[in-house]
Amino acid sequence: MAAVLTAGELRKGLKLEIDGDPYLIVDFEFTKPGKGQALYRCRLKNMITGIQFDRTYRSGDKFNAADLEEQEMQFLYSDGENYHFMNMTSFEQIEMPAEAVGDSSSFLTENLVVNVLLFQGRPIGLTLPNFVELKIVTSAPGVKGDTASGATKPARLQTGHVIHVPLFVEEGETVRIDTRTGQYVERVKG
Amino acid sequence: MEIDEIELLRSNRRFLESRCRVLRLIRAFFETQGFLEVQTPMLTAAPAPELHIRPIQAGGGRFLSTSPELHMKRMLAAGFEKIFQITHAFRADERGRLHHPEFTILEWYRLGADYKDLQQDCQKLVRFTCRAVAPKSGLHFQGIRLDFEGPWKTCSVREAFQKFAGWDPGLGPDLDRFDLDMAQKVQTNLGFPAPCILEDYPKSRASLARIKPAEPEVAERFELFWAGIELANGFSELIDPHEQRTRFQSAIASKEQLEQISCPMPEAFLASLRHLRPCAGIALGVDRFVMLLAGAETIDDVVTFTPERA
Repeated sequence: MAAVLTAGELRKGLKLEIDGDPYLIVDFEFTKPGKGQALYRCRLKNMITGIQFDRTYRSGDKFNAADLEEQEMQFLYSDGENYHFMNMTSFEQIEMPAEAVGDSSSFLTENLVVNVLLFQGRPIGLTLPNFVELKIVTSAPGVKGDTASGATKPARLQTGHVIHVPLFVEEGETVRIDTRTGQYVERVKG
Repeated sequence: MEIDEIELLRSNRRFLESRCRVLRLIRAFFETQGFLEVQTPMLTAAPAPELHIRPIQAGGGRFLSTSPELHMKRMLAAGFEKIFQITHAFRADERGRLHHPEFTILEWYRLGADYKDLQQDCQKLVRFTCRAVAPKSGLHFQGIRLDFEGPWKTCSVREAFQKFAGWDPGLGPDLDRFDLDMAQKVQTNLGFPAPCILEDYPKSRASLARIKPAEPEVAERFELFWAGIELANGFSELIDPHEQRTRFQSAIASKEQLEQISCPMPEAFLASLRHLRPCAGIALGVDRFVMLLAGAETIDDVVTFTPERA
């Protein structure tokens, strides 16, 4: 069962269950007018829809911590609408709607192991490894002799996502990408 | 962790230097006004039972003092005319940009005075301190210029609510709504650029203050705001022991029901009220005063160690 929290325990970063949805406290302010009651103003972000709003709570208000769990899972395939993952210890398979996968799909390839976030057992999001290695499928050839540092060109990855790479990187090569920034890090020798 | 702490302390050095200067100036001010500096106990058997102020239990049936108020009034009852104190006060579960559970409080009391006299003291104290610490370019707090020379505005709680919250708290307001709008609509608008006095609070929000004779629904209580920050809270003291006992009884009952805290009746204080003549007293948040004068963003900046690092 989810832990019961009091208003005094509210903090930025805490995750609550409100009206059946998980919410993250993205901003938090404690105020207390002189001789008056304590007020806890929270900016809440719905962890499924991303929608944010402000709500003020009082001492005596009680909350349920959101029932959230992270599991290591392997990405199997996408059927267009849903992404399918497998828990690597129980071999149990789950599917996650494309909206929940979001921008992570840019760097998601079959067999990649990711952390899937579950709310009450239901997948609502994932965290990629900090670095992934992906193949360049199309990119214009670099101009010979142009070695100016910092010059880049667009390149399409095997996932279909386009990133910018240095001019010397060629089609068919594998590159390392930082998934937190979405940027090229280095070329990986095949 | 250790590196963090060294960095933090070093980067707050200028705030801590401001703090030292402000403390010296406060003492110098009260000395010129003929006040006696006193020290009263921080461990007490009976703090003032007030709803929404939670004392911290210290073991052995004692509490950490939530304010030196009761002890200082006991001294007034013994005939001390003008006393002040700078000390630590403790209130459970208060933590925010302007709140620490342990904070520094300045209190001063005057026999034969009322809340209007204290408002004069506030003006003099703020001007005296600001003149000594302000650079040539003036004082600024979060990009806002602070004016410490110009006249101060005074407005009643009713006027301020009508202006900023759009309703009249008049007789016996809905206290939930009152607190919410006070915090979010009223006090955030007070004290720009000069400090502002908000006075005449509903009597339900003034457990130790005297009722205003000409307006029995309000108490002779005021608060001082500057740049939206509540800086001080003062009042003409209630000196009727029977009325005070009744108010405490009601607060003790509410605290048991709402906060599950059992608070003893402050009998020694109530006994002293029989000897107390009309007087007035006020508490000022020293940490917040330093914040304003030093331009610090949070109370964390102006203390040596935050509650989490203490």
